[in-house]
Amino acid sequence: MSTVKTQVSPAQAQVTFIASSIGKKIFMATTGLFLFLFVSGHMVGNLQIFLGQDQLNTYAQALKDLPALIWPVRILMFIFFAVHIWRGIQLYFENKFSRPISYACNATVQAPLSSRTMIFSGAGILLYVVYHLLHFTFITTNPQYAGLHDTVGRHDVYSMVIFGYQNVAISVVYLVAMFSLCYHLSHAIPSFMQTIGLNNEKWEPRLKALGYLIAIVIFFGYSVIPAAVLSNLIVLPEGVH
Amino acid sequence: MNFKLHVWRQKNAAAKGRMEQYEARDINADMSFLEMLDVVNEDLVEKGIDPIHFDHDCREGICGACSLVINGLPHGGMTGTTCEVRMRLFKDGSTIYVEPFRAKAFPVIKDLTVDRTSIDRVMQAGGFVSTHTGAAIDANAILVPKDKAEEAMDAAACIGCGACVAACKNASGMLFVAAKVSQLALLPQGQAERERRVNKMVAMMDIEGFGNCTNYYECEAVCPKDISVKFIAKMNREYMRALVK
Repeated sequence: MSTVKTQVSPAQAQVTFIASSIGKKIFMATTGLFLFLFVSGHMVGNLQIFLGQDQLNTYAQALKDLPALIWPVRILMFIFFAVHIWRGIQLYFENKFSRPISYACNATVQAPLSSRTMIFSGAGILLYVVYHLLHFTFITTNPQYAGLHDTVGRHDVYSMVIFGYQNVAISVVYLVAMFSLCYHLSHAIPSFMQTIGLNNEKWEPRLKALGYLIAIVIFFGYSVIPAAVLSNLIVLPEGVH
Repeated sequence: MNFKLHVWRQKNAAAKGRMEQYEARDINADMSFLEMLDVVNEDLVEKGIDPIHFDHDCREGICGACSLVINGLPHGGMTGTTCEVRMRLFKDGSTIYVEPFRAKAFPVIKDLTVDRTSIDRVMQAGGFVSTHTGAAIDANAILVPKDKAEEAMDAAACIGCGACVAACKNASGMLFVAAKVSQLALLPQGQAERERRVNKMVAMMDIEGFGNCTNYYECEAVCPKDISVKFIAKMNREYMRALVK
């Protein structure tokens, strides 16, 4: 007795690559890879704050003076981000609908919590990115930053960052967001390798460890900045109040 | 031993089911889980209640007919299939939840029995070698390196029970399909239809309404035949290879 009514006979089964479940995985993995590369590059850029005001402001000005580089990257990142989110939400609901009646008793053997909460850690990242852009890029939430200039007349990114993270609430929000990001990455990195087919029994534990390692490096690489500001390791340049 | 059972009862595919409570009394510790249900069913029949329907066949862990999600895990999450699970593994007096394999691709027929023909249709789409073989040829006429033979055998151990689908939080059938794709892709006989096979089987899997894999690896954890998720990585490779071939 068959209760499943399939319209397609097995001999005629056909799904395009992009609509297939594996195609969707690869799509998520590759867009995620570019987002990860951006996050890594952004972190290295940020860490220049430890080299002093002049270095960070020179770097920020140099990026600004390269619109041919910065705009394509911004546009691509926006597309990858939007597509990654849109597909992620779509997959979340598709997967929910794949089990119309849930179990009365649920159990999990080995799936880490990070893997089961990707949609939530992802939502946390999205919310933070929106705030972060309003905070430091569009300078909407704290318009007083726009008037900050260093002695050579460049926009004083260095002081802006310090003012930003001297606010404990902003630093806490930042740390929570970085935790979401790294929690997301800890599953994303080994998952990426599995999805593109580069995994086996020998590599599985190594990739898992690599995922955690990279997530921890990214977390500290970002969090060290508000930590240094709050502990007065990085202070405002003389004459800036 | 005595147990309190919470069992999913559903009159037919169209009916709305619900969890019912039953008592399992004087159960021998060496009984299998299915034998325990047999005892409960005898009691239900005596009382004039419709016995609990469940799938079973060989009862020795080979056929893949038995299913059941016991306390939230397919086959009880123990080594082997439900028919191999012994009652001594449960605490005397404990409460046990017994539910059918749940997935859109596995609709309930009655009680704990589900329709797993979606798995058969995925096999029909490409899980075969369509060569006219004639009489059996000599065992060593086609040479297969030992490591490849072993790996193909590991994949071939899949009995198609569907526990991977039941365990997956997304009800994905990737581990099952990956085992079948990998097994034939590793052997010389499977080469001619290698690309066609992976395309067709993945397409059929998607059409049947299985979920997408998000690498939880719960499938591997409950698989009674210990199929590794490395075969899913292998299938992903096969699928990309088929795209550019």
